Amino acid sequence: MKNLFKKSAVIKTISIILIFAIVQILLLTNIINDYYFTTLVTVCINIILAVSLNLVTGFTGQFSLGHAGFMSIGAYTCAIFTMRMSSTLGVGAFLIGIVLAAIAAGIVGVLVGLPTLRLRGDYLAIATLGMAEIIRIIAVNLDITNGAAGLSGIPRDVNWFWLFLFTAGTVVLITNFLKSTHGRSCISIREDEIAADSMGINTTKYKVMAFVIGAICAGVAGALYSSFFYVIKPDLFGFLKSIDILVIVVLGGLGSISGSILAAILLAVISTMLQSFAEVRMVLYSLMLVVIMIFRPQGLMGSKEVSLQLFSKIGQSFKKKRV
Amino acid sequence: MEQFLQQVINGISLGSIYALIALGYTMVYGIIKLINFAHCDIYMIGAYTGFFCMTSLNLGLIPSMLIAMVLCMILGAAIEKVAYKPLRNASRITVLITAIGVSLFLEYGMMFLVGANVRAYPTMTGILAEKIHIGDFAIPVQNFFIVGITLLLMIMLQFIVKKTKLGKAMRAVSLDADAARLMGINVNNTISFTFMLGSALAGAAGVLVGVYYTSINPLMGYLPGVKAFIAAVFGGIGSIPGAMIGGFFIGMVEVMVSGYASSLFKDAVVFAILILILIVKPAGLLGKNIREKV
Repeated sequence: MKNLFKKSAVIKTISIILIFAIVQILLLTNIINDYYFTTLVTVCINIILAVSLNLVTGFTGQFSLGHAGFMSIGAYTCAIFTMRMSSTLGVGAFLIGIVLAAIAAGIVGVLVGLPTLRLRGDYLAIATLGMAEIIRIIAVNLDITNGAAGLSGIPRDVNWFWLFLFTAGTVVLITNFLKSTHGRSCISIREDEIAADSMGINTTKYKVMAFVIGAICAGVAGALYSSFFYVIKPDLFGFLKSIDILVIVVLGGLGSISGSILAAILLAVISTMLQSFAEVRMVLYSLMLVVIMIFRPQGLMGSKEVSLQLFSKIGQSFKKKRV
Repeated sequence: MEQFLQQVINGISLGSIYALIALGYTMVYGIIKLINFAHCDIYMIGAYTGFFCMTSLNLGLIPSMLIAMVLCMILGAAIEKVAYKPLRNASRITVLITAIGVSLFLEYGMMFLVGANVRAYPTMTGILAEKIHIGDFAIPVQNFFIVGITLLLMIMLQFIVKKTKLGKAMRAVSLDADAARLMGINVNNTISFTFMLGSALAGAAGVLVGVYYTSINPLMGYLPGVKAFIAAVFGGIGSIPGAMIGGFFIGMVEVMVSGYASSLFKDAVVFAILILILIVKPAGLLGKNIREKV
């Protein structure tokens, strides 16, 4: 219980509640209109996706190219369930749908992760890419997913409360996971897999663990997406969506949770501004990826986090300069 | 039976194209341990170069293919110099992300330049449009042409890798780059040469795929590229004969699945093969299990 009343924990809890309250007030006073709220939803979903991919790629060092595949599973599971049950269960259907989405994505995560994560090297990248493609092809061919046309008319149950709850929940879950023994083991795998192995860490177990947590979070993000945007199509969750998420993670910094959050916000702003130049957008995206990798491979934040200590350090350095 | 033979012939033609692309993947992976995602887009640019040579410059098929090969060679070397060389000592994940960035840049840059629409490849004329009749079924001459060119290029590649000094340097660098450097081999030039060789093969494959599928678009590289990579993994990545066998195998599987089951599932089956290989024999058919050194 001591930890709960630590200064930093209290400040964090208060700031989370403050962010929620401020946006809620802005929504009630209609300063954030529907258009801005849609952007806000995209940002929140991207934060969940980016933070969970960062756990896999940035912290555990496993390169996954199929994050959108898990998102797709979550979106379809939740959509199919809520469309059938919404009339009887109301919002409850949406919540059960999210749980089911997380379970389905988690199971697929185990199935893909177990065989491929035993291997070293870049096989995971290609295997996850293949998995996402298989999921897309299955979604195009099944009846229950309504083929290439996709599902539409999914009941919208997402409001700011649920959205914020799941976004903040994911971020808190993953930051706390990284501070635990398991999280430390994951980071040690990224640093040096052979050394971690010889220190007695079951590398496959922790790699699969990180991968499955990432998959579950992506499933939740997909469920939120389907519930907010009414319509889902298999093509929405293709290779390009996975790349979108990867760009956020890389731009924010591999191994920085707050970096991912900042980059998700930044990219949402940029892509809203570039909306009228859709063709150039991808060219700029790809150039950005290459340029960041060559000149600043650690991303905006590197592996640092935005924290109170960082601010006080900046403050101190300013003081020193004055003297 | 006739249908089966027809499918086998299609499978060999498609497989030879995959094999040509897979060679580029496997050589680059063998030498710098990088999945060169941009490789499949070099092949797309090869297809476009061939297209413009044939339609705008009215050149024949063979000269167009040679021009495409030379252009892709230059492009491959340029990409290596600009994007990969500064990252020689960076972590593998960094280089892999760069490769994806280059790949997307080529795809969408090309889409920006020539438009996203699908273009019809010029139809073959003269002897290539004919069909050879054996008994009841007809084999288009262009299939012989595709397989013939592929075999010729593979023999040339084997000659370069096995008999020339540069080929020897390539093999040395892929075995141990540091030791090769100590022996006085210019490692950077050798890596550039490998990229050039692989890209030239991809350029040729691009023109051949235009002839085979008769349509091209800026995003055509992605799927064949991934399949060719799977072919390389199947044969054992880093092994040149493995890539050839893998290419023919994947081509054959794809044609058989779309012929006898459903063409909708042909891509899914290829990816399922990949996951199966990774479970059963991750080193591939001809690959060796290499123990990792600390």
